Amino acid sequence: MSGPSDYQPSHPALKWIERRLPIMGFVHSSFVAYPTPRNLNYWWTFGAILSFMLGAQILTGVILAMHYTPNADLAFRSVELIVRDVNYGWLLRNMHAAGASMFFFAVYVHMFRGLYYGSYKEPREVLWILGVIIYLLMMATGFMGYVLPWGQMSFWGATVITNLFSAIPYVGDSIVTLLWGGYSVGNPTLNRFFSLHYLLPFLIAGVVALHVWALHVAGQGNPAGVDVKSEKDTVPFTPHATIKDLFGVSVFLLLFSWFIFYMPNYLGDADNYIPANPGVTPQHIVPEWYYLPFYAILRSIPNKLAGVIAMFSAIIVLVFLPWLDTAKTRSCKYRPLAKQFFWLFVITCILLGYLGAQPPEGVYVILGRILTVCYFAYFLIVMPLLSRIETPRPLPNSIADDVLAKSSVMASGAKAAVSAVVALVVAGGLWAGSAQSARAAEETTPPSQTWSFAGPFGKYDRGALQRGLKVYKEVCSNCHALSYIAFRNVGDAGGPGYSEAQVKALAAEYKVKDGPNDQGEMFERPGRPADYFPSPFPNEQAARAANGGAAPPDLSLIAKSRSYERGFPWFIFDLFTQFQEQGPNYIVGILTGFEDKPPAGVTIPDGSYYNKYFPGHAIKMPKPLSDGQVTFDDGSPATVQQYAHDVATFLMWAAEPHMEARKKLGMQVFIFLIIFAGLMYFTKKKVWADAH
Amino acid sequence: MNPDAATIAAGAPIEVDLSPIAQGQDIKVFWRGKPIYIMNRTKKQIEEARAVPVDSLRDPQSDESRVKTGHDNWLVVIGICTHLGCIPIAYEGNYDGFFCPCHGSQYDSSGRIRQGPAPLNLPVPPYQFVSDTKIQIG
Repeated sequence: MSGPSDYQPSHPALKWIERRLPIMGFVHSSFVAYPTPRNLNYWWTFGAILSFMLGAQILTGVILAMHYTPNADLAFRSVELIVRDVNYGWLLRNMHAAGASMFFFAVYVHMFRGLYYGSYKEPREVLWILGVIIYLLMMATGFMGYVLPWGQMSFWGATVITNLFSAIPYVGDSIVTLLWGGYSVGNPTLNRFFSLHYLLPFLIAGVVALHVWALHVAGQGNPAGVDVKSEKDTVPFTPHATIKDLFGVSVFLLLFSWFIFYMPNYLGDADNYIPANPGVTPQHIVPEWYYLPFYAILRSIPNKLAGVIAMFSAIIVLVFLPWLDTAKTRSCKYRPLAKQFFWLFVITCILLGYLGAQPPEGVYVILGRILTVCYFAYFLIVMPLLSRIETPRPLPNSIADDVLAKSSVMASGAKAAVSAVVALVVAGGLWAGSAQSARAAEETTPPSQTWSFAGPFGKYDRGALQRGLKVYKEVCSNCHALSYIAFRNVGDAGGPGYSEAQVKALAAEYKVKDGPNDQGEMFERPGRPADYFPSPFPNEQAARAANGGAAPPDLSLIAKSRSYERGFPWFIFDLFTQFQEQGPNYIVGILTGFEDKPPAGVTIPDGSYYNKYFPGHAIKMPKPLSDGQVTFDDGSPATVQQYAHDVATFLMWAAEPHMEARKKLGMQVFIFLIIFAGLMYFTKKKVWADAH
Repeated sequence: MNPDAATIAAGAPIEVDLSPIAQGQDIKVFWRGKPIYIMNRTKKQIEEARAVPVDSLRDPQSDESRVKTGHDNWLVVIGICTHLGCIPIAYEGNYDGFFCPCHGSQYDSSGRIRQGPAPLNLPVPPYQFVSDTKIQIG
């Protein structure tokens, strides 16, 4: 739109198209010849990263939607079937889930860049407001997306957030009924959230088009905050910005891949591996990390309506930024006071995020209120004040001058600020960890075991898988179902490794209900490899009746649905060491943690048993394992510790059958991306060598 | 986009038999997707609830107005915390009533909010006694 292009294709066919729909000229003027300031730093690559992420989410989302069923009774299972049976379904799911987090991470970096460099100032106010609209749409999309797997967190997060709208006077309850499509969160809710979750990203794409259009009208901002004055200040978008964006995207992909392939559940909540239960509220309802600061603000205000208003205001205040901050100097680089308040604001946001994950008790409440005040004070008090009283540093004469000066002086100042931020982010993150330890305080943490499948090169120990299956069949299956595992799965690659004949024989041991036959009757037949492990009880009520009122949970996902807090600072280290074996550690803890008598002073209800590691210590399951109960053909010791370790390995495989494929592909992707990023970097250096 | 006919029909009134519920016990039933506590209160609980001065309550309501005359021992409330929608636990908390584990709201033996961030008492659904041992909810 504002690029200098008199582009004319040479080929006659292309000329023919160009005359009728000048799309090639459009692309040429907007993304090839388009003049972009030559002093942009890497914070400016996040626009391209965001566009890439939007495309990635839409692509993975559309494919996932081909296999997902938006019905309350079927949704959870359909997601598990995607992960287990759809070709590379596990990859699609991980990309989409981790992708949402990465999308928000990138958008926060992009927004903070805007705050620091004054990207919202004249003439870019509409550009900024379009960005806020995109952000709001992203939050709605992310919220609805999280509901779709229909886990415990999906359901209860939906309940809490939709209940917020009941705070609106007069129309609140009607709005909530409309959102629910019923009298509570249920199937109609899930169905309409699916419809809207599919729709909104395309609305986002439309607003992004307007956003880029508005950007091209004004031209890009730049770190110096001075306008483009001549051709000397700019370089053509292609190849200069294109290669820089490509390099930025490839580095970003490395971070993205870390989560997809090695820590897929780190940013999620274990409770979401438990199917939604309207009758049981999880101990801690926590939204995804990208909503935490706003959740903290919501809970800081004791009044329900005021809390809702405060939470939405925290986002809406961004719209007014161009009129709150009227300082003529755009970039905080030249605004020493504004710069410091900016970093204080970043810390405020991080700490609010940490508080959003804490139970709203004691000191957390007070801190939350103080930080909420800080958050609003930054926009409503600090920025207008600084506009009036701050004396900015002298600006460079032009962008070209800024580039020439850059090589000498700016490095030190920038480095100090960056290291300060890094330290603060680390501190904030560490605090976030200690927050989690508050929750862990009452429960005893199970000891960490050694697992063959841990770490980037982990593999399942085949022997352990086969022994674990034996333990399951002989002991656990009397009460616990394993309904996501089919007999054929024990013959799949990356699992216990049975042959086809062995799988058939295993299946044939079981009787499966089938029918109706031609007479209209149900009948029993021997199992086939495609059948699933049968449940020991026909329904949940029968399970409860046979077990003193407590239904034994299905074990297919137990290794991923049980976790415990690692506390500060472990949960930071865990991200780098790839520790994610809380589930199996917990299983071993439970199986070996029974005590004959509770400790002195502790009473447990009748019919319960004391267990060291079970939350609350009173478990309805009697000690299931004793030495010598199961004999192993390979001569492994017939001890409880051995059984516990083997069955936990087996259950980890049951929860994540494609782990080995995931880690293997991850290694290949990492090697590729490192090489690719390196190539992009050197290409970028070559391309920009002329520009400097 | 308002609830469709099937959803409304599934929300039709239900009957609950009270005879299996002993004094000091409670059950949870679902109606219109919401959990409903039916509590057979002990004398002590009723007296505690009636001893509280109504004006001192955050959401002033007398215990008598929340139960049916002649059936004062039966408390029927929707088990959804009026704060942000979690399900409070019966027979927990300092008031011998309900305790919500999410943010610590405490309700008394009449289901009225006494402590914590919830603004209102646990709502009483529409119900009536069709006999001494049976109620119809809805």
